[in-house]
Amino acid sequence: MKVKGIITALTTLLTAGCLALALLPAASFSAFAGEVTSISGAGATFPYPAYAKWAAAYHKRTGVKMNYQSIGSGGGIKQIRAATVDFGASDAPLTPDKLDKWGLIQFPMIMGGVVPVVNLKGINPGELRLSGAVLADIYLGNITKWNHDRIKKENPDLDLPSTHITVIHRADGSGTTWIFTNYLSKVSPPWKEKIGTAKAVAWPAGIGGKGNEGVASYVSRVKGGIGYVEYAYALQNRLNHVRLKNRDGSYVEPNSATFQAAAANADWKGTKGFYMVLTDQPGKESWPITGASFILMHRAQKDTAKARAVLSFFDWCYKNGANMADELHYVPMPMEVVTLVEQAWKDQLRDSAGNPVWK
Amino acid sequence: MDTAASSNPKDQSRPAAAKGRGQILDALLSGLSRLCALAVLFIIAAILISLFMGAWPAFKKFGPAFLVSAEWNPVTEEFGALVSIYGTLVTTLIAMITGVPVSFGIAIFITELCPLWLKRPVGTAIELLAAIPSIIYGMWGLFVFAPFFADHMEPWIADNLGRLPGMGFLFDGPPLGIGVLTAGIILGIMVIPFMAAVFRDLFEVVPPVLKESAYGIGATTWEVLKKIVLPYTKAGVVGGIMLGMGRALGETMAVTFVIGNADRLEFSLLMPGNTISSSLANQFTEAVGEMYTSSLIALGLILFVITFLVLSAAKFLLIRLTAMEGSRT
Repeated sequence: MKVKGIITALTTLLTAGCLALALLPAASFSAFAGEVTSISGAGATFPYPAYAKWAAAYHKRTGVKMNYQSIGSGGGIKQIRAATVDFGASDAPLTPDKLDKWGLIQFPMIMGGVVPVVNLKGINPGELRLSGAVLADIYLGNITKWNHDRIKKENPDLDLPSTHITVIHRADGSGTTWIFTNYLSKVSPPWKEKIGTAKAVAWPAGIGGKGNEGVASYVSRVKGGIGYVEYAYALQNRLNHVRLKNRDGSYVEPNSATFQAAAANADWKGTKGFYMVLTDQPGKESWPITGASFILMHRAQKDTAKARAVLSFFDWCYKNGANMADELHYVPMPMEVVTLVEQAWKDQLRDSAGNPVWK
Repeated sequence: MDTAASSNPKDQSRPAAAKGRGQILDALLSGLSRLCALAVLFIIAAILISLFMGAWPAFKKFGPAFLVSAEWNPVTEEFGALVSIYGTLVTTLIAMITGVPVSFGIAIFITELCPLWLKRPVGTAIELLAAIPSIIYGMWGLFVFAPFFADHMEPWIADNLGRLPGMGFLFDGPPLGIGVLTAGIILGIMVIPFMAAVFRDLFEVVPPVLKESAYGIGATTWEVLKKIVLPYTKAGVVGGIMLGMGRALGETMAVTFVIGNADRLEFSLLMPGNTISSSLANQFTEAVGEMYTSSLIALGLILFVITFLVLSAAKFLLIRLTAMEGSRT
């Protein structure tokens, strides 16, 4: 617009040549600022493959490059607080208090499920059924044999071996562990009391593998082992997944549909700051250990063009990234949630003049 | 440090008459080498200071109890280093018990007994083994050694050694194939090439005339080794063992793969444990909160101190060995 105006000024008002010359630098400056060519983010490792895929596709379409460093959620929060990146990413949501304190907005970007997997001979994927309470007691070390009465009770048709149960957990701090322990805390009071919810906890039993791949390889190695991994890893490693009893009492299989159901049944609207943990959500179809990965941005944006470029990228991902996410076995956010997120952008993100950044 | 100390007097004793380019180059060499040596001191000091500053909040909160507490709970922010220290020391000890004799065997075979045509291939193979990155050892440990160990050796160990009076508790537990013993053995395999190469080079510099004299008066190979080769090379041998020990103490990736990474104090070698470097590698990226990070840095400082103590003990041992030299005939 501005450039066009200058051209007309040049052609029609030849006499005002000096005026046009004086305007030129300003015009070229604003044109430069409007064309953001790269945005940067840092944080969670779990959504990294999806973000990287989206970034590559987005770069091809628009020429805007997205640099994402998967340094871990803790690092992502530190980086966005120091404002060294345009956005941070975290697997565990920040509480509304912290968001207010640090002047941040958070919104869910992508979802995934955590799946308990077992190594039991003669039992096919999805055949073993467990309830949250039993799972918690296994991880507490209270149930140590596969033919324990409480496991038998839920699986009357299965011929369970007397093998020793080897509990396998993450050795590194991880968002996956946060979601898993959050679920166990919700369904088991002893777990909540003794262990709690965190990215790394004092595991009362078992062995630790490094990363999802570490847990996956331990489970496929150790006879009688039980572990928990991201859904994608369970699929890729052909691990023997478990059916879990959800809040409505039905035993569900882990897949995109049940993860989506958990997200859709969650009360996003009534939750401040999208502080939503998708574990143990209501609904007959809901997978009980679902989790979203979050994006963090500053509410006050100094560089409006940059902020708009970041939001345009996320907007594009929400609207065009679903298939790509599916291919990598991630679950895209339901459209109702996206609408809420974009409303939050409008309501909360402000430039230095106090105007909304996203319109 | 040593090189700088020994080169300095030489520079000063140089005749002042030697003029021109040579002198400038010498001055340059002396200045640069001194700079390098001082840089090492400076870096060590900087590392120590920053480690200490980082670890201070944890030391202030937990006090000396940090060293003896087996608690490691990121949720309640209660931390203690005992599990990691114990794991580090025990895995290193197992590595030395398995590694040192084998390395000696390799070195003795190559220098004393090996037919000439086999010397080169075996020597090259050892050097190649030393060049394998540690993560490969870790993966081999996890995918090949641990299953074999779990299926064929651990049940036997638990059945037989687990019943020994007094030390049975060391070998009690389910055969997972993953644990402190496996980690120690993998470490032992990893340090073998280092130590074997050092020992071989050492044994080869023993003057043949000494060995030949011994053989000449009717000594057996064993006697030659015990009475000639080992006393002649003892300083180097201790140094070689220290080199292997240093590697075992600080090794990270290979250990992480097979030790089981459990922050619980278990005395059985078949149970999972943790080492300092493995804890750091696993937990640092996602450690949130001052106390958590600080406790991890404190672990790093402790590893630093352990390494320092080991090196000092080695120096002390050498001094005592040299002092005893004259008295033995």
